[in-house]
Amino acid sequence: MTNTLDNTKSDVGRGMRFTGWAANYVDERTSASTAVKALGRKIFPDHWSFMLGEIALYSFIVLLISGTFLTFFYDPSMTEIEYEGSYLPLKGIEMSVAYATSLDISFDIRGGLLMRQVHHWSALLFVAAIGLHMLRVFFTGAFRKPRELNWIVGFLLFILAMALGFTGYSLPDDLLSGNGLRIIDGMIKSFPVVGVWFSYLFFGGEFPGTEVIPRLYVLHIMLLPAILIATLAIHMVLLVVNKHTQFAGPGRTNDNVVGSPVLPVFAAKAGGFFFLVFGVIMLIASLFTINPIWNYGPYDPSPVSAGTQPDWYIGFADGALRLIPPGLEFVAFGFTWPINILLPTVILGVFIVLVALYPFFEAWVTGDKREHHIADRPRNAPTRTAIGAAGVTFYAVLWAAASSDLLATHFALSIEGVIGTLQALFFLAPVAAYIITKRTCLALQRKDREIVLHGYESGRIVRLPGGEYIEVHEQLSDYERWKLLDYTEYQPLTVRPNDKGRITVGTRVRAGLSRWFFEDRVLPIDTKELEDASKH
Amino acid sequence: MAQKPPGTDVVTGANQEERDPGTAVMVADSPVNPGLPPEHLRITDLDPKEEKKAERRIAMFFALSIFGSLFAATSYIIFPIIPGDMQSVRLNNMFVGLGASVGLLGVGIGAVHWAKSLMHGHELVEERHPTSGTEEERATAVEMFSQANRESGFTRRSLVRNTLIGALIATPIPAVVLFRDLAPAEDPTVVIKKTMWAAGTRLAQDPSGIPIKASQVTIGSAFQVIPEGLAELEYHRLEEKAKAAVILMRLPINELNESPERESWSYQGIVAYSKICTHVGCPVALYEQQTHHLLCPCHQSQFDVANQCEVIFGPAARALPQLPITIDAEGYLIAQSDFTEPVGPSFWERER
Repeated sequence: MTNTLDNTKSDVGRGMRFTGWAANYVDERTSASTAVKALGRKIFPDHWSFMLGEIALYSFIVLLISGTFLTFFYDPSMTEIEYEGSYLPLKGIEMSVAYATSLDISFDIRGGLLMRQVHHWSALLFVAAIGLHMLRVFFTGAFRKPRELNWIVGFLLFILAMALGFTGYSLPDDLLSGNGLRIIDGMIKSFPVVGVWFSYLFFGGEFPGTEVIPRLYVLHIMLLPAILIATLAIHMVLLVVNKHTQFAGPGRTNDNVVGSPVLPVFAAKAGGFFFLVFGVIMLIASLFTINPIWNYGPYDPSPVSAGTQPDWYIGFADGALRLIPPGLEFVAFGFTWPINILLPTVILGVFIVLVALYPFFEAWVTGDKREHHIADRPRNAPTRTAIGAAGVTFYAVLWAAASSDLLATHFALSIEGVIGTLQALFFLAPVAAYIITKRTCLALQRKDREIVLHGYESGRIVRLPGGEYIEVHEQLSDYERWKLLDYTEYQPLTVRPNDKGRITVGTRVRAGLSRWFFEDRVLPIDTKELEDASKH
Repeated sequence: MAQKPPGTDVVTGANQEERDPGTAVMVADSPVNPGLPPEHLRITDLDPKEEKKAERRIAMFFALSIFGSLFAATSYIIFPIIPGDMQSVRLNNMFVGLGASVGLLGVGIGAVHWAKSLMHGHELVEERHPTSGTEEERATAVEMFSQANRESGFTRRSLVRNTLIGALIATPIPAVVLFRDLAPAEDPTVVIKKTMWAAGTRLAQDPSGIPIKASQVTIGSAFQVIPEGLAELEYHRLEEKAKAAVILMRLPINELNESPERESWSYQGIVAYSKICTHVGCPVALYEQQTHHLLCPCHQSQFDVANQCEVIFGPAARALPQLPITIDAEGYLIAQSDFTEPVGPSFWERER
């Protein structure tokens, strides 16, 4: 390397000479050139949906930057003091140091409010981007082999992001976040056997105590971010190892990646995109208020304001609590079983675990052991897409339920009517979403098939010499057609006895599931069909 | 497996097609991939004038960014925060923020524009390889583990191995114990059932702590109540308040349906109920005077004050606990005793 640098010395400027010297200096001490060789021209495919994960990553970096700024001024103590800051309506009011310093950040430190709003907005964006990124991965089947483990890693990131969001939400110790903690306390206390003890240890005594904010602070600024960064590193390493998926297209196969190299194009686009994400968050934070803690006042267990809402990503859990019908509690063996709180917790837990395990479930049903690097178009996997749509709808119903009171007041409905409707939708809407989505996917597949074989309607009507009118169909180019042709179709598994001549229960279940998945399907097109179609 | 030479049971990952496709339909004569389309040239590739223009545009965005960053720094100084003046906070927030936004967006737009219009635009192709290592690599890895096993006797010396596993499982035990003192020594299942209310404790207004006379409570009114003395507590004020908060209402006596054993718990239509929701503990803060309903704003549980605060809607399972009250010699409202059941959300040991 030294030689090449020396040889080119004569025809480069001073800046280049310095860069060369510096690169040489670093490489001789770190072997950095190996890493550059491995990663410098790595290819990343392009698609707008691939940027959702990037948004999540970049908003996390923004969170680290803005959060670090906030730690310089925030003090997590729950010691009661009299507020002496410059926000007049609260002057002289008893409050915790945590709340007082949060007010100081907002009203006495220049740019402090801006950083608080940047932090809160980017937290909301972070969880939203992770959620959308997960949906993209789900609906394109990008979780299939060899990426099942990275799905799990990403899933952990989602859980960590929500945990970080919740611990951070509680830190200002205002009335709203304090009520949030109180709800968590109520949920913890409902756990059989350990509930009260767990709550007691968590709060360092009875709720609210003087310990919980410092403890949440340690979790929020040290433990959880450290775990998240480590998990994120694994996520990125696996991304590099597995290489990114790509959508079907001419020249794109399961054995290659087509796109831009890291240096320079991808680096410029991704680096620029970081600044765009940061810039948009900054713009929102400078123009739109988020979480005006000064309006809520310090935490006090007695008052509460109507229309309280958690941050959006906790909404589905809050909604589940609201939808439970009354009276679900009983006493057995002398112990209390608060099913009205346990059941939502269990339902959410099961839902989340199902999301985490779906890749393994689908792999078992298809029995497909090959690697998949071509992302599916959602329509080409109708059952998976329908399951996803049902899941999204289920989540959406719970989410809407978290705003049941606001739905009632804004649309002048009765709260009983809103809750009753949502309770019905809880069961019906996912089923409806499943059926509609599956049928839509199959219809779209048939349309694709039609377009591939007979072209698309050009809108040009021609009269033939015999007086007959026809609409001319235009054929797709080979390149366009390939995008519609390149996908995997599965057929239902037929039940066959194994080596010992037995049909196991497992085989039966698998065959049943396979029928559910693939009984309705649109056949893939072969060359003969394509040639026959092009003849007329 | 132990008898086999290492590496023989390793499946080769070299050939994708050998992997079991499961129930995937393998189309015998599937259409052929037409290969990469011809390169699409951009206007900046074709027209040197456009290229120059794009270059200037990109530089302009970067220059704008510098301006934005400097503007943010200037705004920090020329829009200071004047204590007590909300408007000054807003202006500081907005101008520092807008400047920083321009600074960031300028870099972002410039860089992306550069990449899209001027940088080499061809798509490149990189081959994928099976994720698993080559057969030799895998054989080497297996051999390394077998060698390590031979050299350490990990599987042969099962006594050593099993005691090691046992010891490793035992090491976190001290950590479990160490967490006990996260909270004080008392048994929480006992303290959680007691509140500050006791026989003779006066009902006081929240937050002032001024005792309430029965004559002050007119029909239809509602009071936020704390036990007298709570407001002056130096320690555990919020913890006590979180259990002892009470809502006091006066209903026309004929509209109050009281069970015989509770008839003495109210005073001339004045009733006191725990304000802590029996669902998950939010304050039941909304009182609808006409219908005598209490509504919890967190999860919309509704309680009917006329019927001993029975649940009439929502997720809560139990009625709000009632505080038995009467008046003392001076006419102040006082508690007859503590609550007769634990307040707040349900928990495992509630009935013990």
